[in-house]
Amino acid sequence: MTNIQYLAPATLDEAVRAFAAAEGAARILAGGTDLLVQMQSGFAKPGMIVDVKKIPELMAIEETAGGGFIVGAAVSGATLERHPTFGKIWPGALEALNLIGSTQVQGRASFGGNLCNGSPAADSVPGLVAAGATVTIQGPNGRRELAVEDVPAGPGKTNLAPGEIAVSFTFPAHPAHSGDAYLRMIPRTEMDIAVVGCGVFLTMDGETCTAARVALGAVAPTVRRVPDAEAALIGSHLDDAALETAAAACRAACNPIDDKRGTIAYRTSVAGVLLKRTVAIAAERAAQA
Amino acid sequence: MNEISNKWIGERTIRPDGIDKVTGRAAFAADTSMPGMIWGKVLRSPHAHAVIKSIDTSKAEALPGVKAVVTAADIVDFPVDTPVPLGIQDMRWMCRNVLAREKALWHGHAIAGVAATSEAIAEEACALIEVEYEVLPHAIEIDDALAKDAPILHDFITFDGKPSNIAGTLEHTKGDVEAGFAEADLVIERDFTTRPVHQGYIEPHACLVSTAADGKMTIWSSSQGQFMVRAMTALLTGIPQSNIRAIPAEIGGGFGGKTIIYLEPMAAILSKKSGRPVKMVMTREEVMRASGPTSGSKSTVKIGVRKDGKITAAEGIYWLQAGGLPGSPIRGAVGCALAPYDIPNGRTLGYDVVSNRSKVAAYRAPGAPIGAFGVECVLDEIADKLGMDPLDLRLKNAAKEGTKAVHGPTFPLMGYVESLEAAKAHAHYNAPLGPNQGRGVASGFWFNAGGESSAQVNITEDGNVVVTTGHPDIGGSRAGIANICAELLGIDYRRISVLIGDTATIGFSNLTGGSRVLFASSIVVTESTKKIIATLCELAAKIWDIDPEAVIWEDGEARPAGANAGQFPPLTLEELAARANESGGPIGAGTQLNTTGAEGGFGTHICDVEIDPELGIARVIRYTVLQDVGRAVHPSYVEGQMQGGAAQAIGWALNEEYLYDKNGKVDNPGFLDYRMPVASDLPMLDTHIIEIPNPKHPQGVRGVGEVPLVPGPAAVRNAIHNALGIYFDDLPISPPRILAALEGQKAAAE
Ligand SMILES: Cc1cc2nc3c(=O)[nH]c(=O)nc-3n(C[C@H](O)[C@H](O)[C@H](O)COP(=O)(O)OP(=O)(O)OC[C@H]3O[C@@H](n4cnc5c(N)ncnc54)[C@H](O)[C@@H]3O)c2cc1C
Repeated sequence: MTNIQYLAPATLDEAVRAFAAAEGAARILAGGTDLLVQMQSGFAKPGMIVDVKKIPELMAIEETAGGGFIVGAAVSGATLERHPTFGKIWPGALEALNLIGSTQVQGRASFGGNLCNGSPAADSVPGLVAAGATVTIQGPNGRRELAVEDVPAGPGKTNLAPGEIAVSFTFPAHPAHSGDAYLRMIPRTEMDIAVVGCGVFLTMDGETCTAARVALGAVAPTVRRVPDAEAALIGSHLDDAALETAAAACRAACNPIDDKRGTIAYRTSVAGVLLKRTVAIAAERAAQA
Repeated sequence: MNEISNKWIGERTIRPDGIDKVTGRAAFAADTSMPGMIWGKVLRSPHAHAVIKSIDTSKAEALPGVKAVVTAADIVDFPVDTPVPLGIQDMRWMCRNVLAREKALWHGHAIAGVAATSEAIAEEACALIEVEYEVLPHAIEIDDALAKDAPILHDFITFDGKPSNIAGTLEHTKGDVEAGFAEADLVIERDFTTRPVHQGYIEPHACLVSTAADGKMTIWSSSQGQFMVRAMTALLTGIPQSNIRAIPAEIGGGFGGKTIIYLEPMAAILSKKSGRPVKMVMTREEVMRASGPTSGSKSTVKIGVRKDGKITAAEGIYWLQAGGLPGSPIRGAVGCALAPYDIPNGRTLGYDVVSNRSKVAAYRAPGAPIGAFGVECVLDEIADKLGMDPLDLRLKNAAKEGTKAVHGPTFPLMGYVESLEAAKAHAHYNAPLGPNQGRGVASGFWFNAGGESSAQVNITEDGNVVVTTGHPDIGGSRAGIANICAELLGIDYRRISVLIGDTATIGFSNLTGGSRVLFASSIVVTESTKKIIATLCELAAKIWDIDPEAVIWEDGEARPAGANAGQFPPLTLEELAARANESGGPIGAGTQLNTTGAEGGFGTHICDVEIDPELGIARVIRYTVLQDVGRAVHPSYVEGQMQGGAAQAIGWALNEEYLYDKNGKVDNPGFLDYRMPVASDLPMLDTHIIEIPNPKHPQGVRGVGEVPLVPGPAAVRNAIHNALGIYFDDLPISPPRILAALEGQKAAAE
C-alpha cells in the first residue's frame, strides 16, 4: 500500500525545501479541487503532499497603488469575492475565477491551482492574461517573475522548474476608463468545462480604444494571447469592422482539437463570437470606470 | 377538474421520508456497516470484446488482507440455450451481466471480485489477478454491429439462418399498411437516431451482505425491488430464497436502472467464502461503464395522411441497442410508438441488436421515448406541410375509448383527447414567441402495470396505524398510501406510518417499475383497510350488543347506522383499539394479490426554446406537461414525476450521450462530460394535471411516472424546428450540431 506524507508548512522557505527535496514525488496542494480529483481517479499518486494554505503570503490579498493588487496564489474564489474592492476594479478576473465549479468548489479553488494544473481550458487563466497579471514564483534558486501567459507549457504542463511554487499574482495599476471581462461557452449553464474561453481588457479614451489585451482559452494547447486581435481593437472605435477583424484574428489563433467537449469547427467559430461579446462587456465597464 | 371531494386524497401532505432526507438521516445502501466488515472490489475488462482464456487469482489470494475472491466459476451457470425468465429479465443474461463467463463483452465488464480488509487492498488485489484475453474486434454502434463483416458477439445467436448480432424482433401489425399508404395524399418518411442515455441516479449501486454461520444471509442494498434482489441472488448463488433476507435501503434514485442487480451475488459469494460481512460500492465511473443505460436507437418512421390530416397508414422500424447481452426494450418502442393514434393501417417492428456496450437496463418507460420520437417528429412535419395546427392534427387522429391500438388492445376510458384540448387552451400554447424562439408539441403513451403486491395494515394498541408494503418508494408511494389510508379510516394522515418491509417481514411484492406501485399497493392497502373497518364495526357491535350491519364507520369512529340501530355514543379508533380483546384480539389485516386493471396513460407536452444562433445553444425557456394521471392522490408527487420526466427528456434532446474512444472505452464516464441538465439549465417546468379516474381502481389511479418522459425529446426537437426551420433527426441536438446546421442553411441560401 502507498503511504502519503502530508506537510503543511507555515513558511514559504520550508515549503520550497520540502517540495524540492521530494524530487518530483511531491505535489503542491492549494484548494485540492484538481489534485484530489486526480488522486481519486488514480491519475496522480503523489508520495508527499505540501499544503500551502498555511503560508501567509499565499493567502494574502493586498491592494497596491492605482488599483493594482497582489493576490496570494492559494486564495480561494470565495475569499476574493468577499474582498471589498478587488471585484469592483477587476470584475473580469474575478468572474473568470468564480465561474469555476459550484459554490462548494469556489470555496477552495484558487488562481494558483487553476494555472499550475495546466489545463488549456482553465477559466481564470485567460482572465489573468487579459488583466496583464504576472506571477511571482519561488524555488530552490530564489524568486522570479513571469507573465501569466508564459507559465502554461501544454496540457498538464507548466514552465515552473522542479521545486518551484507559485506565490502570488500581481495585477498592474488599473488605468482610468479601463475594464476587463471574461466569457466562456459551455453547453450547460454551469458545472462544465469551457469549450472556448475569452478574456478581454480595454482602456478607452472617449470613443477610442487605446489599449487592449485579448486571451483565448480552450482553443489551443495553452492559453493564447491574440496580438492581432489587440491590434485591430487599439485605435478603433470598437466599430463593427474592427470587431470583425479582431474576431477573425481570434479564429485564426485557434488551434483546437476535436474532443468530447467540442469540434474544431465549432470552437473556431465560437472564439470569434465570444470575442465580440466580451469586448462589449469590457467596453461598458471601461465607460463606467 | 377533480370533482371528487375528499379530505386526504389529493392533499399535499408532508412526505414521510422528507425530514430524514433533508437532515441526512436517511439510510442509503452505502450507509450500512457492520463489525468485522470487509470490502469488495471488482476487476473489470480492459477490452471491449475479448475471449477470457484463463483467470489466475492465486497472487491476489496470497496478498495479505485478502479474504475471498469470486469469478464466474462461483456463479450458477445458466446455459445459453435454455431461457430462464425472471420478470422481464432472463437469467442467462443476468448471470453473464454480473460476471463475464466466456467472453468480456464490453470495456468495464466485471471479470472477478475480491474482498479484503480495506478497499485499497481489495483494489491492489484486483490488479494482481492475471487474466489471459484473446482480444477480438468490437462493434459499438448499431451500424457497426449490423455491418456485413461485423464481429459477432454470440455464436449462438442467428438471424435469417446466419450468425448475427440481431438477437430478437417484435412486430405489431394492424390492417394493410401498403394499401393505407396508397390512399394517402401526403407521405413523410424520415430516419432518426437517439443515443444511449443513463438514468443518472445520484446514488451509485451499493450493498452489504452478511452470511451467518448457519448459512442464513442478509442483504442490505439499494434497489427497486428487494424481492428481485432475493430472487436473482438466490438463482445466481444457489442459496434458497428462505435463507436470504433482503432489506431495502432508502433509494437514491433508480429510474429503472435498479430493477436488476450487479453487486449482490458477488458480495454474497465473497461473504459466504470469507464468513465476513462484505460491502461493495460502485464508483461513479463504474456506474457509467458497467451499469445499464437505456438503448441508443436508429429508426425509420413513415406516416401517410389524407389532405384533411387523417392518418391512413403508419409504419415504424426500430433498431435498439441491447448492449453486450440480449434484451433491449423493443416492446416499449414498438408498443408505444403509435399508441396515441387511431390508425387504420399500422405496423411497427423492432430489432434487438447486441454490441459491445454495457447491457442496457430499464429507464423510465423503457423504449417508449424511442418509439415516440420518430412518430412525433414526422407528425410535426405533416402538420407543417398541411398548414395544420400540430395539436389539431393530433386531435383529428387521437385514440379514444374503443380505439383498437396497433399494438393490440382496445382502449378503455382514457384522457388523451383531454390532454390535447387542455394543451390547446393553455396560456402557454397561446403566448406570443419572441425572436429566435420556437414552440413544439408532442404526445406519448405508456402501458402502466399492475402485478403482485402485499400489504399489512395494523392498528397499534393506542389506536394509530402502521402500514407495511413491499415496494421501495421512489416516487412518493409512502405519502400516497398515507393519504389513502387516512381517507378510508377517516383519521388524520399523521396517525399513519407507512413502512417498507423486507423480504422476511412482508409478502411477495413485485418490483417498483412500470408506474405500478401506487396502483398496485393502494389496491392491497384498500383491501386490508376495509377488512380492518369491518373488524372495528364488529367490535363496536359486540360492545353495543347490536348487529354488525347496524354499525357504520365514519370520521374515524364507529357509529350506530341510524335511529333504529340504537342510541350509543360513537366509539373512536383509540377506544376500540384499547378494547380489542373484547372481541377477536389484535386488529390488523394483510392482503396479497396479483393486481389487474392498470390502464395506460397519455400526456402531451408543450416546449418553447430560444436559440443563440451564434453559439448554437438551444435553451428551453418554457415547458408545460399535461397528463391524464387518473387520480392525483398526492399532487406534489404527481407534479414531481411530471417535471422529473420532462427534465430527463430535455437531457436526451439536448446534451446527453455516451462518447466512446476507438478502443471501445467510454470517454465520458462522469457527470462532468456526461451532460445531464443541471437545475439552472431548466425553467420551472409547469404541470397540468388531468384526472380521468381509472374505473378499475378503487381510487382511480392510473400510474404517472413514465409517461412524462415519452413526448419530451420530440417536443424539444419540434420546438427547435419551429425556431430555425431545420429538422434535426439525430439526438442530442448539441451546440456544434445546431451551429453546423445553421451554417449549412446560410450557405444554401447564398
Ligand atoms: C466540480 C468541479 C468543477 C470544476 N469546474 C471548473 C471550471 O468550471 N473551470 C475550471 O477552470 N476549472 C474547474 N475545475 C477545476 C479546478 O477547480 C480548478 O482548476 C481550480 O482553480 C484548481 O484550484 P485548486 O486551488 O483547487 O488547485 P489544486 O487542486 O490544489 O492544485 C491544482 C494543481 O496545481 C498545483 N498547484 C496548486 N497550487 C500551486 C502553487 N501555488 N504552486 C505550484 N503548483 C500549485 C497542484 O500541485 C496541482 O497539480 C473544477 C473542478 C471540480 C471538482
